[in-house]
Amino acid sequence: MDAATKKELEKIACKVRIGIIEGVHSAKSGHPGGSLSAAEILTYLYFRKMRIDPANPSDENRDRFVLSKGHAAPALYAVLAERGYFDPALLNTLRQPGSILQGHPDKKHIPGVDMSTGSLGQGISAAVGMALSAKHFGNDFKVYALLGDGEIEEGQVWEAAMFAGNKGLSNLTAFVDNNNLQIDGTIEEVNSAHPIDKKFEAFNWHTITIDGNDFDAIEAALQEAETVDKPVAIIAKTVKGKGVSYMENAVNWHGAAPNDELYEQAIQELNAALAALQ
Amino acid sequence: MAEIKKVATRVGFGNALVELGAKRDDFIVLDADLAAATQTGMFKKAYPDRFYDCGIAEQNMIGIAAGIAATGKKVVCSSFAMFAAGRAFEQVRNSVGYPHLNVVIGATHAGISVGEDGATHQCCEDIALMRTIPGMTIINPADEVEARKAVEAALELDGPVYMRFGRLAVPVIFDDDYHFEVGKAVTLREGGDVTVIATGLMVNEALEACELLKAEGISARIINMHTIKPLDREAVLKAAKETGAIVTAEEHSVIGGLGAAVSECVCEEVPVPVLKLGVYDVFGHSGPAPKLLDEFGLRAANIAEKAKKAIALKK
Repeated sequence: MDAATKKELEKIACKVRIGIIEGVHSAKSGHPGGSLSAAEILTYLYFRKMRIDPANPSDENRDRFVLSKGHAAPALYAVLAERGYFDPALLNTLRQPGSILQGHPDKKHIPGVDMSTGSLGQGISAAVGMALSAKHFGNDFKVYALLGDGEIEEGQVWEAAMFAGNKGLSNLTAFVDNNNLQIDGTIEEVNSAHPIDKKFEAFNWHTITIDGNDFDAIEAALQEAETVDKPVAIIAKTVKGKGVSYMENAVNWHGAAPNDELYEQAIQELNAALAALQ
Repeated sequence: MAEIKKVATRVGFGNALVELGAKRDDFIVLDADLAAATQTGMFKKAYPDRFYDCGIAEQNMIGIAAGIAATGKKVVCSSFAMFAAGRAFEQVRNSVGYPHLNVVIGATHAGISVGEDGATHQCCEDIALMRTIPGMTIINPADEVEARKAVEAALELDGPVYMRFGRLAVPVIFDDDYHFEVGKAVTLREGGDVTVIATGLMVNEALEACELLKAEGISARIINMHTIKPLDREAVLKAAKETGAIVTAEEHSVIGGLGAAVSECVCEEVPVPVLKLGVYDVFGHSGPAPKLLDEFGLRAANIAEKAKKAIALKK
């Protein structure tokens, strides 16, 4: 991609990060760490990759995205708002009574959300079902999913992986947000899923390992994904809490909201990063 | 006396899928390596391109069904009740129930009439589990005819449907012109002294109980409550008002099933005695299904006994 495009995407990712922090701060709860790590992946999918139309969010032939790690909802909501699915002002209603922006994605009420998720391990099965439906009924839409690296400890993920591999669902691409942290510690400390790529390969998936916070790498991986006749797992090495200095690689920011002081600091840092890109 | 035709409701499920498959190609059938037992194997044989075996992975099967439904397509998925409602409960709740997707779950081998496989496979908790999911429709057909008609109706419903079928061959009690409507109880016998509300294979036992009671001069109303959720409250309350005593009969735990649903309804509006016949908070065990139904008291004679007790409790 050219430098201007990349800069544009980096600006959007920055705005998405601001949206994440705004949402989580106003909710006084939520999951900033794993939302921030996924900002580039979501930004690229929604702004460069997916065949979607925010004006027609239920178009039958749209590409689908399933946030299997549903707790990264603040990132998905910020991207959807930035992309024009709903008013960005809604981000400040996150997790509040009466808001459409539930703590975890709710497909019934949020424009642009293709599947309700939040209970880990379940979203990937739904994504597999969507890919199967497209193949069976002759639709050419593609299905993307985002898994957490802690999430893949769930057995259901591997049931889904086995099925997708066996059925050769080449219209399915799943990212693994490999930020290496889960609630109780590093994934190695808790119950290591490594080697992640070898596991997916054993289930007949094609795998690509990338820097998941780098737009060039994301673009190259998604282009490669289209050339293989298998489901594709993109192991995206990311930084949990990326973009907010005190949240980076800090496990305590998995599921906590910043207080007012730390909120100000985060917004200042992100605004400075955005200004540097202008 | 003519021989009574006996067919398992799971066969009705399989027959319905094949019949529907001939009429329309807009739905997919999924199973989890039990196609020969659940009878989706009939559909698999007739329409192999529209059938997908998910292997022994029920949680993923439910998720796949949810994904198919989320693309706006119709899907029927099947396993034993134990695994569809039990093992995959949370997948049914969160991936199917919460987004209110049009997934038909065909759960076979429900209740103790599974027989020889024993307690691990005798699911007497599925109705209770499924009832707690908002927006879930639950249908428990009484015979092969009702099973077939229910499957066709389920495919047209908005939202998820849990269908409960049995392994054991049971008497066919309805004609082909039998009218089935989701959520509408069927009064099979009019009566004024007591009402028996039955579901599944207990409907036939209830009809036999009616004759036993008649011989003792007791007039029993017999209601087939094929749809347990949404419950036909009107039929239940009418029975409570007009007969003053109710017996429920189900091949399911007395906790959380039809008896509980009827009790909840009655005690809120027309409190009358409701006696529950079902499995009394115990696990089943191995044995021939008919012997187990005798042993667990799921027979016409047991219903008749309960009916007399219910009448005695009337004020």
